[in-house]
Amino acid sequence: MPQAEATSRPMIALANPARFSSLADRALPWLAGLTALLFVVGMWQAFFVAPADYQQGDTVRIMFVHVPAAWLCMFGWGVMSVSSLGVLVWRHPLADVAAQAAAPIGAAFTLIALVTGSLWGRPMWGTWWEWDARLTSVLVLFLMYLGVIALRAALDEPAKAARLVAILTLVGFINVPIIKFSVDWWNTLHQPASVFRMDGPSIHPAILTPLLVNALAFTLLFVTLHLLLMRTELMKRRLRGLRLRAAEAAR
Amino acid sequence: MTSTLLALIRRDFRLAVRSGGGFGLPLVFFLSVVAVIPFAVGPDLVLLGRIGAAVLWIGALLSTLIGLDRLFGADAEDGSLDLLFSAPAPLPVLVLAKALSHWVVTGLPLAAIAPLLGLMLNLPPHALAATAFTLLIGTPALTLLGMIGAALTVGLRRGGLLLPVLVLPMTVPVLIFGVSTTNALIAGDPAASSLSLLLAVTLAAFVLAPLAAAGALRSARS
Repeated sequence: MPQAEATSRPMIALANPARFSSLADRALPWLAGLTALLFVVGMWQAFFVAPADYQQGDTVRIMFVHVPAAWLCMFGWGVMSVSSLGVLVWRHPLADVAAQAAAPIGAAFTLIALVTGSLWGRPMWGTWWEWDARLTSVLVLFLMYLGVIALRAALDEPAKAARLVAILTLVGFINVPIIKFSVDWWNTLHQPASVFRMDGPSIHPAILTPLLVNALAFTLLFVTLHLLLMRTELMKRRLRGLRLRAAEAAR
Repeated sequence: MTSTLLALIRRDFRLAVRSGGGFGLPLVFFLSVVAVIPFAVGPDLVLLGRIGAAVLWIGALLSTLIGLDRLFGADAEDGSLDLLFSAPAPLPVLVLAKALSHWVVTGLPLAAIAPLLGLMLNLPPHALAATAFTLLIGTPALTLLGMIGAALTVGLRRGGLLLPVLVLPMTVPVLIFGVSTTNALIAGDPAASSLSLLLAVTLAAFVLAPLAAAGALRSARS
């Protein structure tokens, strides 16, 4: 095979990802340590500092896992959407790695939000599942995460998969608010938003502070896992590229 | 450009009706779905009358999904899909034309036989008209959203199952506004808000779905 053709192969042109990998190698121990530290502080506050709710008792502590997970399931789709723009506009291979790595993490946090919501709903609403607006739209979001993962799994060619998954992600980015709105319109039973409001949070600081610490801890966990998965995926792709070239050379 | 689009629509229409294009199959599937519902919920005419409009909407949604893999599948198999890229018209407009001709042979007949199936579900006459009316507005949105999934999965061996998995979550708003409009019309409640939201979803799908589907087809081709 001529030399010019070989150097134009994407696996060799990935100089940038190598730099990314070394950066990730250096950042990951710090991020992991900080995440662990924040989790220790956050969980200690959640279990021992935050007061039990006067109505809900100790079950209110589910909130410290449930709310960060629910924030992160939106955050995950946001990361995927920005990465998808990177795939479609700049055709950057690293952007596709970022999109691919964010999908399972986002799906996992969505599942955590659903399961903790269900566990919380049992004592509060007296039922494991309530077809309330937020639960339902998070369920639909979970299905969309699974769709993105399934589409990528079904496509063999990485470059093609990158662009098709990016299109589906962006379609979802437009659709998620519409679905959210329509489901809200369809039925609402859940309490209205209580942290981000124009007139300030309506949660007492004694509960809000642990909530924010936990939200930060979970967000850092997301970032750490994301970098970790991206690094793994980069190695996988490099390995695949090397194997392909070895197979070609052997021919 | 117009003659190109007309030729494309005419071709798709002929293919669907004449050569084993499975023109009637979604209708048979629609009938089958409606027919199995009473076996599950019991032959209770009062209950069926209450959920009848929703059953028809679910049936129409599933029947639309069933036929979608044919939207680009047959063209991809025989290579005529490649001709679309060199046709003298923008690709989004061409796929919109394909979606419209597909809707004429699937969505439109579904809306048309819905009143007949509604009779079997004990729907009162004005409910039959209401369901057909909302299906007439909503099924184009279902076809257009489904077209995105069809374009994403074109040429995939597992596309048949993947397509509904990708498309169903996107159709939630159509289903919500379609059924709520129908129920409001049946109950005589004000239906203007849900009807305008249903129209809004359909119109948005008209604009956005062809762009997404064209992008997906271009990406899938390489």
